[in-house]
Amino acid sequence: MKIDPHKCVACGNCLPVCPMGAIYIDPSLNRARINTDECVECFTCYRGMSKEHLNPTFVRAIRKTAQFFRFRFDPEPDICPTDAIVPEELSWPRLVRRAFSDPQVPHESTGIHGRGTAEVKTNDVTDRVKQGEAGFVVEFGRPGIGARFRDIERVTRALAELGVEFESNNPVTSLMTDPARGLIRPEILNEKVLSAIVEIKTRLEDVPSVLKLIKELSRQLATVVSLGVSTRCGGAGEEPLQEILERQGYPTYRGKTNLGLGRVTNQ
Amino acid sequence: MTNTLHRYSEHYASESPPNPQAVKDDFIVFAMASRGINDDDLVEKYRVFLRLALKHHPVNIGDATKGGMLRPRQDLNPKAHWKRSQAPNPEAVIAGIEGHTTVAAVFDNYEAMKNFVNEIHSVNLGISVNISAPIEAAERCCRETGITRHSVEYSLGFCGRVDRLPDATVLELSTMCGHGMLSAQLVKKMIDWVKENRRTPAEVSSTMSRFCSCGVFNTSRAERILNEARTKNR
Repeated sequence: MKIDPHKCVACGNCLPVCPMGAIYIDPSLNRARINTDECVECFTCYRGMSKEHLNPTFVRAIRKTAQFFRFRFDPEPDICPTDAIVPEELSWPRLVRRAFSDPQVPHESTGIHGRGTAEVKTNDVTDRVKQGEAGFVVEFGRPGIGARFRDIERVTRALAELGVEFESNNPVTSLMTDPARGLIRPEILNEKVLSAIVEIKTRLEDVPSVLKLIKELSRQLATVVSLGVSTRCGGAGEEPLQEILERQGYPTYRGKTNLGLGRVTNQ
Repeated sequence: MTNTLHRYSEHYASESPPNPQAVKDDFIVFAMASRGINDDDLVEKYRVFLRLALKHHPVNIGDATKGGMLRPRQDLNPKAHWKRSQAPNPEAVIAGIEGHTTVAAVFDNYEAMKNFVNEIHSVNLGISVNISAPIEAAERCCRETGITRHSVEYSLGFCGRVDRLPDATVLELSTMCGHGMLSAQLVKKMIDWVKENRRTPAEVSSTMSRFCSCGVFNTSRAERILNEARTKNR
């Protein structure tokens, strides 16, 4: 992403809009600029802001006049008045940033929008996580911090040593050179994304040890990790996972419940 | 994607209070078809799902590929700074569905969510339907509508560099867009504007909602949080 200096009027509206705080007003130019190393190409500034298409010279003149008299204009906070934000064509490896940060871009590996798979959302028809199994969604960088793949790889390598099974259709797995060792393509290790999800499956009895490992490793990272664990219920809707988690001291207040209403309907 | 899973509340504070406040105004029901299994006529199935949801007065509905009932506009003129339409447009969400996506309806009360689930159950669309809410509420809803839940996924909260996270009020608001499109800095600015009486909680909720690219931002809960934040040092 870039900001066209010929159009930008340095109104500052786009600064707080950026989830990574990567936009700033360059005092030497008096224009907004993007720290490209921190920008994750999420397109929030470009797509999330509404746009006017005003003449930049006209807007700058008004702003200067108001500034001279110390008038404070109270504009809508989510409008770019001159449509100054411009997407750039991305090339490898930078395009990984957008694939993981912009939820409106489907991953080639999964064919679905978002950063992971359908997890247990469609478990009623896919049976991906069976009774006695636990599906983990380990999301790096969420909420609002972002993550680099080198941090993610530290965890995937340790998980691989534990012998866990990485979800084959997951976008992070698709970027591994050696899933058995949890190794991620070296050229993307410095790329930053808004968040990335690692999905693994274990037996229910292994849940405490896997959680312990992830929690210990997360302390060594420069980012946050959001954790989710799922399982399939029994015939009466019962499941042993909640008790396992609560015994380990984890909160289980909120979650997703698949109602089991899905069925094969395609001819 | 786990876009509705990790919605922050006191239950997920690193030092959770002994009696965290229950979340009674945030219930999401969403539907998803699977390729090659139940995606025949899926656009119509999604449209039926959302039309039925509208009967139960959701605070938002959304299509994960297009957005919710409030969206950014590319064609504003300067009048928008004085008079801007904040009217949600559910029909645009329904008409805009084109193919594979996830569709969601957000409710601010349990009864509306339960009645909707009951109706979806009887319609039998054949696509996967999930509730994203407090687990106890979802369990109760299943019991009361005669549904046996199939699978569950628990949010266990956050670990790692939690010292880099913003404060609780900002998190409660910003995590209502699980994809992270709603920046913590913008939320902080909007809370300040409410406290300074420069905008109303309703206006600010609409502004924040426009950034959520899949339509699961709960404007009603946001207004409640902003009203509480106005008079507190949270």
